[in-house]
Amino acid sequence: MIQTASIGQRLTLLLAGVAAALSVLSWGMVTSLAAQAAARTQDNVLAASATTIAETLRSEQGEVRLELPYAAFAMLGAISEDRVFYRVIAADEVLTGYDDLPAPATSEIGQVVFDTGQYRGAEIRMSSVTRLVLAGMERVAVTVSVAQTRDGVDAVTSDISRLAGLLSVAFFFVAVALSAIAARLSLRPLNLIAASVSRRGPSDLRPLLRAAPADLAPLLDALNRLMERLRLSIRRSEDFIAEAAHRVRTPLATVRTQAEIALRTVSDEAEKERLRRIIRAVDESARSAGQLLDHATVAYRVEDLARDRLDLSDLARQTAAALEPTAAMRDIQFTLDLTPAPIRGDAVLLDSAIRNVLDNAIKYSPEDTTVSLQIVLDAAQARLRVRDQGTGLGDGPMDVLTERFRRGGNVAGVVGSGLGLTIAAEVLRAHGGRLELENCENGSGACVSLVLPLV
Amino acid sequence: MRFACLAFGLILSLGAPATAQEIEDHRFFPGTSDRVLRVVSTTDLDVFEPYIRAFQAERPEVAVDYSVMSSSVLHQAIRDGAQADLVISSAMDLQFQLVNDGFALPYRSDQTDALPDWARWRDLIFAFTTEPAVVVINTARFAGLELPTTRQDLIAALRDNPDRFQDGLGTYDVRDSGLGYLFATQEDRSTDAYWRLNEVMGRLRTSFYCCSSQMIDDVASGRLALAYNVLGSYAAEELARGSEGRVQVIRMQDFANVILRTVFIPAGAQETLLAGMMVDMLLRLALRETPDGWPLPPLSQTVEGPSLGFGPIKLGPALLTYLDPLNRRAFLAEWENAMEQRPPLPQ
Repeated sequence: MIQTASIGQRLTLLLAGVAAALSVLSWGMVTSLAAQAAARTQDNVLAASATTIAETLRSEQGEVRLELPYAAFAMLGAISEDRVFYRVIAADEVLTGYDDLPAPATSEIGQVVFDTGQYRGAEIRMSSVTRLVLAGMERVAVTVSVAQTRDGVDAVTSDISRLAGLLSVAFFFVAVALSAIAARLSLRPLNLIAASVSRRGPSDLRPLLRAAPADLAPLLDALNRLMERLRLSIRRSEDFIAEAAHRVRTPLATVRTQAEIALRTVSDEAEKERLRRIIRAVDESARSAGQLLDHATVAYRVEDLARDRLDLSDLARQTAAALEPTAAMRDIQFTLDLTPAPIRGDAVLLDSAIRNVLDNAIKYSPEDTTVSLQIVLDAAQARLRVRDQGTGLGDGPMDVLTERFRRGGNVAGVVGSGLGLTIAAEVLRAHGGRLELENCENGSGACVSLVLPLV
Repeated sequence: MRFACLAFGLILSLGAPATAQEIEDHRFFPGTSDRVLRVVSTTDLDVFEPYIRAFQAERPEVAVDYSVMSSSVLHQAIRDGAQADLVISSAMDLQFQLVNDGFALPYRSDQTDALPDWARWRDLIFAFTTEPAVVVINTARFAGLELPTTRQDLIAALRDNPDRFQDGLGTYDVRDSGLGYLFATQEDRSTDAYWRLNEVMGRLRTSFYCCSSQMIDDVASGRLALAYNVLGSYAAEELARGSEGRVQVIRMQDFANVILRTVFIPAGAQETLLAGMMVDMLLRLALRETPDGWPLPPLSQTVEGPSLGFGPIKLGPALLTYLDPLNRRAFLAEWENAMEQRPPLPQ
């Protein structure tokens, strides 16, 4: 699998990028708004100052007079520590003030205009207002200009800009943290699905029926379709095996019948022996075919497991009874030590499991021995222990014995398919139980326990 | 610069840089090296000498060249490009105008940062004393009269005893004295009693002075019964203490101007580093807790005086108002109208 960058990281990076862009944008906007607001404040005070001075203009004996009001400059000192310059021009002649101030923009009478320029090595903002004053018979245009350096505006702007910068950085980090959380949260459904898929048992191919976000529906659908196809494919092959086993079993029965008839009719000992060998081989084949069929049945029924109330002791007793003739052929006796054990499950499957275990016990036991069945109960589970007096399970690992077609290391001379314990193990697993394999404590014989949860 | 000429042609008979005659006092305090800190000031030499000595105790290698001149001469000298490293004056308005017009260099240190906001303007000009305007009286000339504590009392006393006070009053000549003009204009702004007082003083043929010290001397000698709007620095109080009760210093309870003595480093300064050190030393003394031992009061002392009720005159562009030539001409005309209701005294 080629791993590319994680969606979570990508999402976080993307959101962080967006947050960074927004931070810079908001910082820029706040700074420019602050600059505008500070500049406007200064403009307003400058305009008020110029207007206040213009209000004092009057004519005395044909001459323009004015008295600079204290407030006009005091108000400028109140908003900032900026240097102040002013000039009053009457009919193109400087009446008072700094005569080298830059000329104001031309304006209509009574309208306040603003200029920005350089004066005495500093940037200044100047407001000017022109008023008509009646001097004698003449109307004289008098222009009052009040200017101030812009350090206060710059200081306010840079203060707010710095604050906005700090806030933007803080905002960015909060946004990144939130992005990471958001990315994790939005990937959660995906992780949950992945977890629930990986939690499943090896043969659990049921469709995933969990609520999922719309974006994940296609993935979930595809997954479910894949699993359905897989299930069908497995089912088909199980069907095929069952069908094949079934088809093989019928002719085998015919062969066996014919061989038995032949056995009765021939008298030559050598031929009789040959026929017996044929019958034994046919029996083994029939048994293997039966186990294949059993296995297919298990695969079927496990998919839709019945949960009937059952008594493990009944099942064990019935199965043992059914196998009594087979055991008798080899002079093997069953000893039963059963106590009622209520469980839930599928009678057919459990019967199959017990039968396979008993079958194995019979098969690997020497003639004229005993196979014991014992039920032990503890708090939560029932344990059906099947003990034989055979050669045991060998020294290899026990787990592998339940794999399909795997047989123990010490079974030379005994015919077997290797499916018996697999079937038993699968049945027990489907019932929430397990198959435990061990060599008996006394050193001879195998000890197989079918463990099932009690009701 | 026509503006400057307009403004100060009225103050000065000569619009030229300070000439030798205009320098009232001068002393060179030699140092061990050839580095010289040039200080131009309105503060009397004997008042400021301890500060120079203290500075030289820290930096013995630095020589100090100290010149005393009137506030208006000082102002014009700086405007005309006089060479100096430090400018000290009590005429706040003239100092402020120089700074506003770009004649000062910025200076910043821990000391300037420690100043309260009202005691500095930008990083350009710094106040290191607060000094009130006071009334100095000759106790003998007031015998049998209740000492006035408000302008109303003072006006009433003068009005009721014209004979006693005829020719016995003194105040600044606001036409010549920058500090006197500042006191007068601020009083005009603050109380209407000022003009009524001027009327009364004018009728009693008030004498005009250039400087506080001469007024105090004349009060002490008995030539004057009362000097109005004297700068109440320690010198006045010292003299009052030494006069065995003959001279008394009174603060008007209704209102008293408080000025800030300010210092700045002029744009043409050569020894800006040394000037900065001197500024730091002055500001350190300005913020001292105990006022003793130095001729000039610290910043904090008078500001907190409960009877004053008013803070010191604010350093700010409003100080430019009365320096405007039109305003000045109008103010002086009114002042002369009030004061000169009699033939000028032979001086």
